Amino acid sequence: MKIILVGCGKVGVALIGALVAEGHDMVVIDSRREVLDELTNQFDVMCMEASGADCEALQEAGVDRAELFIAVTGSDELNMLMCFLARRQGAAHTIARIRNPQYNDKSLGFLRQQLDLSMSINPELLTAQEIFHLLKLPAASKVETFSRRSFEMVELRLKEDSPLLGQRLMDLRSRFKAKFLVCMVQRENEVIIPRGDFILHAGDRIGLTADRTELWKLLKATGLAKRQARNVTLLGGSRIAFYLAKMLLSSGTSVTLIDTDRAICHRFSDQLPGIAVYCGDGTQQELLQEAGLLDQNAFVTLTGMDEENILVAYYAKSQKVDQVIAKVNRDEMGRMAEQMGLESVLSPKDVVVNVVLRYARALASSMGSSIENLYQLMDGKAEALEFIVSQEADFTRIPLRELRLKRNVLIGGILRERKAIIPAGDDVILPGDRVVVISGQHRLNALHEILL
Amino acid sequence: MNRKMVYFLVGRILLLEGGLLLLPLAVSLYYWDGGQIPFLITIALCEGLGLLLCRVFRTDNQLMFAKEGFFVTALAWLSVSVLGALPFILSGEIPNFVDAFFETVSGFTTTGASILRDVEAMSRSMLFWRSFTHWIGGMGVLVLMVAMMPNLPGRTIHVLRAEMPGPTMGKLSPKLKDTAKILYTLYIIMTVLELVLLVAGGMPLFDSAIHAFGTAGTGGFGMKADSLAGYSPYLQWVIAVFMMLFGVNFNLYFLLVLRRFKSAFRSEELWTYLGVILAATALISWNVRPMFDSLGDTLRHAFFQVNTISSTTGFSTVNFDEWPTLSRMILVLLMFLGACAGSTAGGLKVSRAVLLFKTVRREIRHMLHPRAVTSIRFEGKPVDSTTLISVISYFSIYIGLFAFFWFLVSFQPGFDGVSNFSAVAACYNNIGPGLNLVGPSLGYWHYTPFIKLVLAFAMLFGRLEIYPMLITLSPSAWLKK
Repeated sequence: MKIILVGCGKVGVALIGALVAEGHDMVVIDSRREVLDELTNQFDVMCMEASGADCEALQEAGVDRAELFIAVTGSDELNMLMCFLARRQGAAHTIARIRNPQYNDKSLGFLRQQLDLSMSINPELLTAQEIFHLLKLPAASKVETFSRRSFEMVELRLKEDSPLLGQRLMDLRSRFKAKFLVCMVQRENEVIIPRGDFILHAGDRIGLTADRTELWKLLKATGLAKRQARNVTLLGGSRIAFYLAKMLLSSGTSVTLIDTDRAICHRFSDQLPGIAVYCGDGTQQELLQEAGLLDQNAFVTLTGMDEENILVAYYAKSQKVDQVIAKVNRDEMGRMAEQMGLESVLSPKDVVVNVVLRYARALASSMGSSIENLYQLMDGKAEALEFIVSQEADFTRIPLRELRLKRNVLIGGILRERKAIIPAGDDVILPGDRVVVISGQHRLNALHEILL
Repeated sequence: MNRKMVYFLVGRILLLEGGLLLLPLAVSLYYWDGGQIPFLITIALCEGLGLLLCRVFRTDNQLMFAKEGFFVTALAWLSVSVLGALPFILSGEIPNFVDAFFETVSGFTTTGASILRDVEAMSRSMLFWRSFTHWIGGMGVLVLMVAMMPNLPGRTIHVLRAEMPGPTMGKLSPKLKDTAKILYTLYIIMTVLELVLLVAGGMPLFDSAIHAFGTAGTGGFGMKADSLAGYSPYLQWVIAVFMMLFGVNFNLYFLLVLRRFKSAFRSEELWTYLGVILAATALISWNVRPMFDSLGDTLRHAFFQVNTISSTTGFSTVNFDEWPTLSRMILVLLMFLGACAGSTAGGLKVSRAVLLFKTVRREIRHMLHPRAVTSIRFEGKPVDSTTLISVISYFSIYIGLFAFFWFLVSFQPGFDGVSNFSAVAACYNNIGPGLNLVGPSLGYWHYTPFIKLVLAFAMLFGRLEIYPMLITLSPSAWLKK
């Protein structure tokens, strides 16, 4: 697959390394000669010294034949502009890094649509989500996201005492009063796409989707994720901390923040009702005691200094806090800390690389078909396929319960103008929707193939 | 240094050489001319040694840096030349090792200088192998290895950079492997095209193959004592034009394939190269006009000789050693200039000469206007000082080494300075025939074995653009761990 990447900063170089290792043809554009010289030596890529907003340079890089265009320069505006230009000149998919929270609010959807962006990456938001998953999910489970990260599917194993056991799936929905869907079940190495009359057993590994806002409450209510952190301390009022605190609060977790800067403390306390904020030096043990560190069951260090993050995380660990997570910007530091016994060390760079890599894989495996994206699930035994519904499709505007679907196929989600729908029997598919289909065995090549 | 990886890659190159030797083996089987056993033995040795090296030095640490790149290149070329000389020795056609080594190095480095007194006495398969080494060495063994090796270790670009001629290396496609494949595809297509044109002009197939290989690699090994003098004007024109074409940067042909004609024809190096050929042809035609009957003959011989020297091939249609001094002087100057970077030709390369000229011009301007700020532009882009310094230092070392080789060759008793000078110039720039005692009608057989070895190394230094050989042969590279 041909990929063009602009901007060789830390994330850019990490992305190049990962994508080249997957065997993609990469053209790299940057305006700094020294950086490019080192890159050509290090990786098997073609380098161009140019500005990514230079249409002629993009043409020369072969943007019209590029499957994927990635803009990760330091400037959000430049990234958006470059992706727009690349898309106009024929790049099939575009990814821009957009990290300013101003763009990441309500306008993001509009921007993405207008610029025809396939995905926007906000490293801080992604890192916050990753930490959130670590805090909220049992260790062996996994979170998959589809369709520009609009849907989340949690893969986890059912325990003996789960309240989901022994009842038909169609009854569970009304019992928990939540819109959720069990998309697939793995039982003794066999993957089943369940119907409404399916009954879950203990030991099954299930894939579960739900409305974003309800998913985490549901996991708690159904006892699927029992040992989730209920009170969390965040050290350092960074952007990651802000996003993370927001997510934690909306999932009903109590959050305590410690930061040295009074203005930051005030901003957090103003914008996030319900959060407890302490202003002071997080390395002072006294303050940590005062903030009730010992009673917390999770501690996350998010300051801008790697050393401080690692050191305080160690201290928290020594004070027997259940779950300690440290954010580290420099990989080398992170690896050192992991070797010295910190289990959860996270670098925003790695998080971004993983997200883009997953997207590139999905893109590569969907090439040559009308599938938009293809994701492997349950160790490759099932697939999530993303389609765009064409105007001529003859199965639109019919309630899903009246559609006669093939066995082992299920509609897992519908994305309508940025609104994610977890479908039930009376939902319909409309032309222009993005539909996520979960398929058990046979590879589907077009959306109409889901019908009998 | 990652020695294991270096030896492992050398092993790979030997395996490849064994594969390439199958072609002359097939030729010897077809003509049944006694070359079968020597080729079989050589193939067995190549494969055996290659497998041994690959087995013993298999390593997980595949990291290579610039130093490893230089080492692989120099060692690969040396070992390929030593093993490639075996068929000549084993068949008894060139019994002496130094002579056979000289001939093989001359082949792989696309020089075309020969120690043979009577080339027409050689068997067909040996002639074929001799010319086939031109073809392999023209685009390079390591480029071929990169094109064929299933999974490349990281930083292989250092190897390619050490082998590809020219001040900078441009990739044609994101992947190195694809770049190497594209280069070889273009190379094969152009060779076949020439072959077809030669056969269409009435040259026997075997002769056409020999001459196509010699032209493609810009080598110059022929199969007749008088090189190409005995062939028809049409055939001489075809070969002259193809010599010129193989002296052009291959990246430009790729741009043509991509239909980016504008950027291809905007190349400053191309126009300088063509301009030099035109000017030299005109001047020589005017100078030698009394020696030929018709204008057509004059132009043909002048054009052929200019191209054979500037593309560093070394075929000849006349004995240009009998030409007036002015014409011979022009040819000697062309020997040093060479052709474009990124082609199969040797010499200093046109792009380096242009950059040197522009730098000198700027320095002179600076003397007159010390506060003037001027930037040097090449191919429409400003050139940074790192590139300029590397070009200037290459030129210094190039001239220095030339003087050193000239000095060593002067140990030969009974040779005059002009012969020695032209012998070193012809070997160092990978051309072949020189002037006086090493002129086109004579050869290198008079030299003592020591001088032959010196000249063989001069060819390797010239073909690999000095640095790989220089670094690999420096004692400090071997003493340090």
